[in-house]
Amino acid sequence: MGRLRTIAQPLGLAFAVLLLWEAAVRLGGVPDYLLPAPTAILADLAKRWPRILSNAWVTGLEIVGGFAVAVVVSLPLAVGIAFSAWMARSIYPLIVTLQVVPKIAIAPIFVIWFGIGWISKLTLVFLLCFFPMLVNAVAGFRGINPEIMDFARSTGANLWRLFWRIRLPSALPSIFTGLRIGAVNAVTGAVVAEFVASDRGLGYLLLEYNGNLLASAVFATVFVLSAIGLIIYYTVEWVERLALPWHVAQRRSETTGEQT
Amino acid sequence: MSSVPIRLAGASKTFRRDGQTTEALSPIDIDIAPGEFFAVVGPSGCGKSTLLKMIAGLVSASTGTVTVAGNAVTEPVTDLGIVFQSPVLLDWRTVLGNVLVQLELRGLDTAAYEPAARRLLEAVGLKGFEDRYPFELSGGMRQRAAIVRALIHDPPLLLMDEPFGALDALTREQLRLDLEALWLARRKTVVFITHSIDEAVLLADRVAVMSPRPGRIERLLTIDLPRPRGLAARQLPAFTGVVEEVTRLFLERGVLQTTGNLAVELGPQS
Repeated sequence: MGRLRTIAQPLGLAFAVLLLWEAAVRLGGVPDYLLPAPTAILADLAKRWPRILSNAWVTGLEIVGGFAVAVVVSLPLAVGIAFSAWMARSIYPLIVTLQVVPKIAIAPIFVIWFGIGWISKLTLVFLLCFFPMLVNAVAGFRGINPEIMDFARSTGANLWRLFWRIRLPSALPSIFTGLRIGAVNAVTGAVVAEFVASDRGLGYLLLEYNGNLLASAVFATVFVLSAIGLIIYYTVEWVERLALPWHVAQRRSETTGEQT
Repeated sequence: MSSVPIRLAGASKTFRRDGQTTEALSPIDIDIAPGEFFAVVGPSGCGKSTLLKMIAGLVSASTGTVTVAGNAVTEPVTDLGIVFQSPVLLDWRTVLGNVLVQLELRGLDTAAYEPAARRLLEAVGLKGFEDRYPFELSGGMRQRAAIVRALIHDPPLLLMDEPFGALDALTREQLRLDLEALWLARRKTVVFITHSIDEAVLLADRVAVMSPRPGRIERLLTIDLPRPRGLAARQLPAFTGVVEEVTRLFLERGVLQTTGNLAVELGPQS
């Protein structure tokens, strides 16, 4: 019952908003090129589906690829920064300072360096994912309760065991926070990179449709883009649920106030 | 060997931070016999936790030496069990998993210890909660799980840093009785830190009374009460006598004051 309600309530609200939107457009006589009705967007999506789908694959791969590279780079780096005083003093301040550079502003440079192909897209997606992942992972590794470490040290466990049984599990909730932020940023990164220069992908499609004042096609593309974002985000959540059942349950009982 | 002696010889601790030095503990000399129940009582901030961590090898002594089981302590002592004031359980493990992690970290065979872990959990009233996660338990239950974790590998030395400090009075009393029974059965060396005078006197063979900042041992009292002391010992004249002596000492040192101070004027000034 509770589970059904958590899905049904937001879905019902979304449906109500769509209904209101449809009614407002039809009754209010809003012109199609400003705001198309949901049914018109749906019809357009069906009409252009093959082209949108083939471009969605391109953008989807950019998102997943850049996200994956960011995971592979940021997590080991976070371990290094958390456990090496030298890295924490030298590399980390540099990275944190570089974080203030607006990544999107330097996207055009990537086109100059890497061309309009995959690499410039992956680079921007990577950069937008990398910082939140790194910062959260470092915070997770550093934020361990010192008394847990006192207990662990009193067992005489070696560094390897301490890492796998104590330090990594205690950092995982924070690491997943970074991954979820990264998942959201990745979609933005891919579209912006395609806006800057590209010959395919949903960002490219958006620019083309927009240039031709095809409002309903623009909305249909945004819809597909949001769907991709949702899939990525919930995949991360699903992995988190598998890896940290205790944490997800803990969070739920804290937000709803009920004990399981 | 089922218990170990502890010796502190001129052991002190000074913390340095931002060029400022704070003396947490003045040089301390104590000899704790194998199998002795030794309590340390003192106000907050008197360095009693630092003393315990020095014995555990988690904090190094600035001067002097600490010896446990005849060996000078220079790194964390591993042949012991520690209980802190907060349970410090691992959120990601069940109650049973939290007990067994003690063995996993030591590279011992967890399967061989599982029956013992279940028996211990049952003994402290956690039967049926073995597969629950810490966030599903009350504070008292968590602390009992933490105590089982400190006992499962049957260490000869038990270090307890205000283990009952965060518990309600009833749970506290029960755990005190459990601890006494355990100690009578196994005769481990126990170092028990507390701010409760009653608790120290009811549990210990000897009580070290500490004074605040810099912490030093003000008096060493031998508690000559018959065991098991259980619930009845509170009525004995010897018990009230010792408690009064410690209380008087705290009064003299300004740790306690005879009259309450909070009856100040409240409300806005006109």
